[in-house]
Amino acid sequence: MGTTASQLPKDSLSEYQELTFLTKQEILLAHRRFTELLGRDERNHPNPRVPMQVILTLPELKSNPFKTRICQVFSTSEDKDGSLTFEDFLDLLSAFSDSATLEIKSHYAFRIFDFDDDGTLDHSDLEKLVNCLTGETEDTRLTSEEMRQLINNILDESDIDKDGTVNLSEFQHVISRSPDFVSSFKIVL
Amino acid sequence: MEDDSVFVISARGRLKSNPLLDQLPSYQSLLYRRKSSSIRRRESSKGRLSISGMFNTANKLEERRKSQMEQRAIRELTLPIVEKRRHKDQRMEERNDLICCSQWREDARRHMKRLTDNAHVFLSSMKLWRSDIHQIEGMFGTGILSYFSFLRFLVALNLIIFLVMFCFVMLPMILDPTPRNVIYNQHQGNVCRTNPRTTRGILKNYHEHIVDLLSGDGILERTYLLYGFYTKDEIRFPQIIYKLPLAYLLATLGYLLLSLLWIVKRSVAGFKRHLIKDEDRFQSFCNKIFAGWDFCTTSESAAKQKRSSLLYELKTDLEDERIKQKMADRTTQDKCRIYLLRVVLNMFVMGVLAACFYSIYVATAFSQKAENRSKKVNFVVDLIHEYLPSIVITVANFITPLLFSVIINYEDYSPAFEIRFTLMRCVFMRLTSIAVLLFSLWTRISECGSDPCSNPKVCQCWETRVGQEMYKLTVFDFIIILAVTIFVEFPRKMLVDFCDCPLAKMLGLQEFGIPQNVLEIVYGQTICWIGTFYCPMLPAICTIKYFCIFYVKKLSLIKNCRPSTRPFRASSSNFFFLGVLLIGLILACFPISISLAHIKSSQACGPFSNYNTSWEALPAAVEALPQNGRNFINFLASETFAVSFFVVTCLAMFYVIALARAHKKVINQLREKLVMEGKDKRFLIQKLCQAQSILAASEPQLNSPGRRSPSYHTSFSSNFNNSVVLAHSPPKSSTHV
Repeated sequence: MGTTASQLPKDSLSEYQELTFLTKQEILLAHRRFTELLGRDERNHPNPRVPMQVILTLPELKSNPFKTRICQVFSTSEDKDGSLTFEDFLDLLSAFSDSATLEIKSHYAFRIFDFDDDGTLDHSDLEKLVNCLTGETEDTRLTSEEMRQLINNILDESDIDKDGTVNLSEFQHVISRSPDFVSSFKIVL
Repeated sequence: MEDDSVFVISARGRLKSNPLLDQLPSYQSLLYRRKSSSIRRRESSKGRLSISGMFNTANKLEERRKSQMEQRAIRELTLPIVEKRRHKDQRMEERNDLICCSQWREDARRHMKRLTDNAHVFLSSMKLWRSDIHQIEGMFGTGILSYFSFLRFLVALNLIIFLVMFCFVMLPMILDPTPRNVIYNQHQGNVCRTNPRTTRGILKNYHEHIVDLLSGDGILERTYLLYGFYTKDEIRFPQIIYKLPLAYLLATLGYLLLSLLWIVKRSVAGFKRHLIKDEDRFQSFCNKIFAGWDFCTTSESAAKQKRSSLLYELKTDLEDERIKQKMADRTTQDKCRIYLLRVVLNMFVMGVLAACFYSIYVATAFSQKAENRSKKVNFVVDLIHEYLPSIVITVANFITPLLFSVIINYEDYSPAFEIRFTLMRCVFMRLTSIAVLLFSLWTRISECGSDPCSNPKVCQCWETRVGQEMYKLTVFDFIIILAVTIFVEFPRKMLVDFCDCPLAKMLGLQEFGIPQNVLEIVYGQTICWIGTFYCPMLPAICTIKYFCIFYVKKLSLIKNCRPSTRPFRASSSNFFFLGVLLIGLILACFPISISLAHIKSSQACGPFSNYNTSWEALPAAVEALPQNGRNFINFLASETFAVSFFVVTCLAMFYVIALARAHKKVINQLREKLVMEGKDKRFLIQKLCQAQSILAASEPQLNSPGRRSPSYHTSFSSNFNNSVVLAHSPPKSSTHV
């Protein structure tokens, strides 16, 4: 659906309102921010796709340690290069909006944290996750002993069937009882 | 490398990937959350291999999945917009086949939904300070954000309380048609001869006006500000007679009840979550890791700060765990020593608290005596005498937290408990200091019964005196908050920025300590609750005060502060704030109920001058009701009703507790069952794989392509590389599933 004109057509607007959790103002604001990211020649393209590097210049994503994962998860491109169309962008904002259900948020959170895309969070996924959270440099990481202790604790708390990994339903179970998740898993433009 | 299997397979000889796992019903039910296209492709591939049995099951599962999906709203599907649009079109087609009545119903429902969405958006855009709070959230995270939304809540609460008092107490006085000839005069009803103060004449100098304004004295006594002004038994309007005492009493009870209900409603969500936590350390690690990052952080420095604070928090928690392990290994001798030390330190703490309370008591008594003296010394000393109790309370509240944080280091608790315990002590200190102030006022008031002439200023209209004290506390609190921000935090920032001395390095930038700030505003709110009965305009003053504090704190936060290294979790902070506020409210109820029910209301001023105690206005009004009403209210107040109500409430509580316990037991049993089932599944699959490998060894020429796991994206390749063969063997195989 064309979103190239500088104005979003009205029926697209109401369709997006139905298909996402965003309000009218939020969709219009998203459209404005998205067209600002496009190059001048791309604006007349029927369904422009913004490369990941440009998306990552958005201030809301710039300082996020999971920015590349977020782009990869929401991208519908064939080459899996993390580029987003406007509709992918709306999907992103919808999943991170205030009114999205817990199930949507936990589903996408699971996919973002699943660094190797294999459907479960295993030891290496969790280790990468912790390193993303604490920082990339050497002195901001946990020692390997602490990392082992931490991952054991996490698996103790969340791995119900004791197979050494966290699958989607175990993750959703843990998230449903986590009080901070809904308030922290939120991006507002 | 793997399948979308439930169990991850490593290359080290664990369970090999197996398309059998994909057929398990438990796994298929997970799949409906994935993209539909992946299922479609898988089915097509299955169809290609033309194994009829599997195809049928696949079809059945597809139908079940579809029907499950249909029941959900479209936007709750975890698919990209392109897929959702396809679903929507599909549904529209199906719906067009329906009869037009149900179609109309669907349309109506959609329109209603859109209307409610728009209404919500409109309401939330009207919220006060939305953009400011959004900015703070981006810079400092959700912990500090909760402080500011708490402040916003208090502004709203105070405004509503003021409206209640205004509508029921002040407005009738303002609209009173009869001329006001009852002016509070300290000689009215006065049997004691006192010399009028020479300075309280018409011509006062500038300084005395300031003193009056700051202490609620003088001209302010004769305004709507204080209790003494409302000396009217009833107000005669053309149609009705408005009973002011009854209205005053009911408005007081009303605002207390309203505050209670509103706080409880706000804390219900947080309380439910607290009840779910059944262990001390339940899920704290999962919560920190999976929900630890605030995705709304926009600034780079905040992100860096967040990272370092998360690292600090994780290290501290892991250290905590190691300490707990160490504590469990303590010997009996160690334990005795530590307990002895704790007892000694606690007694020391109580001694310090007792000293503070005694000094507050003495300061209040001194301040009251000084006011009675007709000779005024000089402007500054006057002001100090007026404000002495407030000054002593503030100094005590400043020193004691520092003392507590030093003492707790010697008591050898776990770090999490240390913080909570220090906080509890500070809360106790703050709220009890108000109680001590009121107690010392009360001793002076009860002296009035014996000899009213010894202290005419207090005894003539003691409610006004209490109102003035509360007013002074509020004003002083506000001044102190402003002064600390301007004279302590800004210079500190200047020092750190421009000076390179070791002092600056040691101090560092100010941390925005959430607990201390919250205690400050809860203290102010408790004073407001107590003081509104004696000073009906106090809620309005508090609203303005909190309004200004928001901007002052926001400015100070952005310019002067760095986020604290020990971050406050948003969820637990909401519960903590409302819990402390509730404690303040309960504390505020005690003085009010004592003064309503026991202390004789002053005869010279106020709406209750014709009654013995303020509470008597209510029984008097009940007497004036018709017979039925009187009987009903008498029944409600009787012992039979009270006892049976109490018994019924106890039964309900026991039932709910028993239910909760049964649920917990069931949850544990189910958890164990799940573990067992998982083990069963793995065992069976292992046996199957062993059987398969035997079969594969005997038929090496079968070479069907394997399958790689479809990833989450729609465009996954259809490379198959699965070496396990069973599922693809020809139908005549006896091991065909």
